[in-house]
Amino acid sequence: MTARAREAWAGYAFAAPTLLLLGVFVLLPLGGAMVISLQETNGFGDGTFVGLDNYQRLVQDPVFWRATLNTALYTVLVTPAAMAIGLGLALLLDSALPARGALRSVLILPMAISGVATALMGVLIFDENSGFLTEVARAMGLPQVDWQTHGPAAFASVVIMTLWWRVGFNMLIYLAGLQGVAHELYEAARLDGANAWQRLRHVTVPQLSNQSFFLVILNIIYSFQVFDIVFVMTGGGPERATTVLVTYAYDTGFVTRDQGYAAAIGVVLLAVTLVVTALRWRAQRRREETE
Amino acid sequence: MSSHVTRRRTAAGLRLLAAVLAAGVILFPLYWMVVVAFSTRSSLSGGGLRLWPEQATLDNFRRVLDSFPVLTWFGNSVAIALVTSVIIVLINLLAGYAFAHLRFPGSGVLLLVALSTLMLPVQVIMVGLFRLVTDLGLYGSYWAVILPTAASAFGVFLARQFILTIPRELIEAARIDGATHLQIFWRIVLPLSRPLIAVLFFMSMLQVWNDFAWPLIALRENALYTLPVGLLFLQGQFGPDYGATMAFALITVTPMVLVFLLAQRWFVQGFSRSGLR
Repeated sequence: MTARAREAWAGYAFAAPTLLLLGVFVLLPLGGAMVISLQETNGFGDGTFVGLDNYQRLVQDPVFWRATLNTALYTVLVTPAAMAIGLGLALLLDSALPARGALRSVLILPMAISGVATALMGVLIFDENSGFLTEVARAMGLPQVDWQTHGPAAFASVVIMTLWWRVGFNMLIYLAGLQGVAHELYEAARLDGANAWQRLRHVTVPQLSNQSFFLVILNIIYSFQVFDIVFVMTGGGPERATTVLVTYAYDTGFVTRDQGYAAAIGVVLLAVTLVVTALRWRAQRRREETE
Repeated sequence: MSSHVTRRRTAAGLRLLAAVLAAGVILFPLYWMVVVAFSTRSSLSGGGLRLWPEQATLDNFRRVLDSFPVLTWFGNSVAIALVTSVIIVLINLLAGYAFAHLRFPGSGVLLLVALSTLMLPVQVIMVGLFRLVTDLGLYGSYWAVILPTAASAFGVFLARQFILTIPRELIEAARIDGATHLQIFWRIVLPLSRPLIAVLFFMSMLQVWNDFAWPLIALRENALYTLPVGLLFLQGQFGPDYGATMAFALITVTPMVLVFLLAQRWFVQGFSRSGLR
C-alpha cells in the first residue's frame, strides 16, 4: 500500500467512530422521526400510515399554537435580556474592581448547576404558599403575587430563573470579547469628547459584534429547545400558560403516547431551527462581504 | 481637581456595589437551598420569614437516604458521566486529528456533515431516537443514555482547531522515522493535546452530569436513574416536603459545583473558545 493510501485509510478509520455514532444516533433517528410523523403510533410496534394527518391536526390544535406563541415569547424575552445583562456584568468585571476573580466565579456558578436543580430552586422561591417571595411580601404587608396560578406571573417566574441560569454564560463570552477591544479607541473617543454612554454605544458594542452575533444565535436556539426549567418548575401550567413546544412534544409523545403527533412537533421545531440557521449563514456572508 | 477624584471614587464604589448585588442575586437561591436542606420540618411548615435555620439538622438528608437509592443514583451518574466523557474525548480527538492532518477524499464534506449535527438537538429527534433505542434492545440500559449522548461532534471542531496548531514538521519527522498514524496520534498528538483534553473532558462531564430530558425518556427502572431524573422522581413523591427535596438537590449539585470551582480555568477556556469561532 502506498503512503498516500495508508494516510487515507487512517483518515477514514480515525473519523469513523464519531461519524458512525452520529449516523446511527442522530441522522437515523432524524429520518425515523420524519417517518413516524406520518404515522399513528404509541411507540410500541408498528404504527399505521396516516399521511399528513398529524400535521393537519397541528394546524387546528389550539394547544400547539399556544405552545408556539409561548416559545416565541420566551425567546424574545430571554435573548435580549440575557445579552444585555451579560454585557453589563462583563463591563463591570472588565473594570478595575476588588475581588474580580471571586465575583466572576460567583456569576458563572449557575453554569455548573442542572436545569432540574435550578427549577427546584425556582419553586422554592416562587411557591405561592410558602415560597421566599410570598413570605417577604407577607412580612412587609405587600400584595401577594400568584406566581403559580396566574399565567403571566408563572411565565415571568420561568423567564427569571432562566436568566439566573444563563446570564453567566453570556457574560463570559462578552468578557472574552472585551479582552480584544483596543484601548486606544477609548482614548481617541475620550479625546473627541465622547461620554461614557457614547463610548459604549459607538466603541464597545461595535467591537463586540462577533460575540453578539454568536450569542443571538445560541440564545435563540437554546430558547427554542427549552425543556428542563419549564417541565420541572411549572409543568407547562397553569392552563398551558407556560407550555412550550418541547414540553408539549414530551407530553404527547411520552405521557399520552401519541408518538406520531409528537414527532410532527419535533419536525416543526427542526424546520424553525433550520430557518434560523439559514438566516445565520446569510447574515454571516453579508457581514464578511462588508468587512 | 479633588471633585474629579471624588467623582471617580464614587463611580468605582457604585460599580463594586452593582457587582456585589449581582453576585448576591446569583448566590441567594443557592444559599436558600442550603438553608432549607438543613432546616427542621416543623420550622419550614411554621411559615414566617427566617433567613437562617434556627437549628441545623441532618434529618432531611436521613429521610432522603432512607427512602431512596440515592447512592445508587449517585453511582449511576458518576459512571454514565465518566464513560460518556471518555468516549467523547477519545473519538473527537481521533476525528479532530483526521480532519486536521490526514488527507482523505471527502473529508471536507464529512466534517461539514458532522458539524451540522450540532444544530440538531435531542428534543427534535427524541421520538425517533426512542424507537431506535427500543429496536436495538438498549431501552432501559445505561447504553441507551451513553451512546446517544456520546454521539456528539461538539469536540470535533475544537479538537481540529487545536491540533492544526501542532507543527506539521513534527508529524512529518515521525512519519519519516517509520511511525504509523496510530503511533503518531498516540505518542505526539495526545501528549501535546493535554490542555484540550482537560477542556473537553470537563465540559462533557458537566453536560452529561446535568443532562435531563433524554435520561428521563431512556431510563425506565428506578435503579438506573441518574441524579437529575431521581431528583424529579423524589420531588414527585415528597411533593411539598421542601426540606427533603432540597437536601437531595444539594447532593446532586455539590460535586459539579466543586469540580467547576476547582477546574474553573478549563471551563472558562472552553466556553470562551466556543464563542470565538
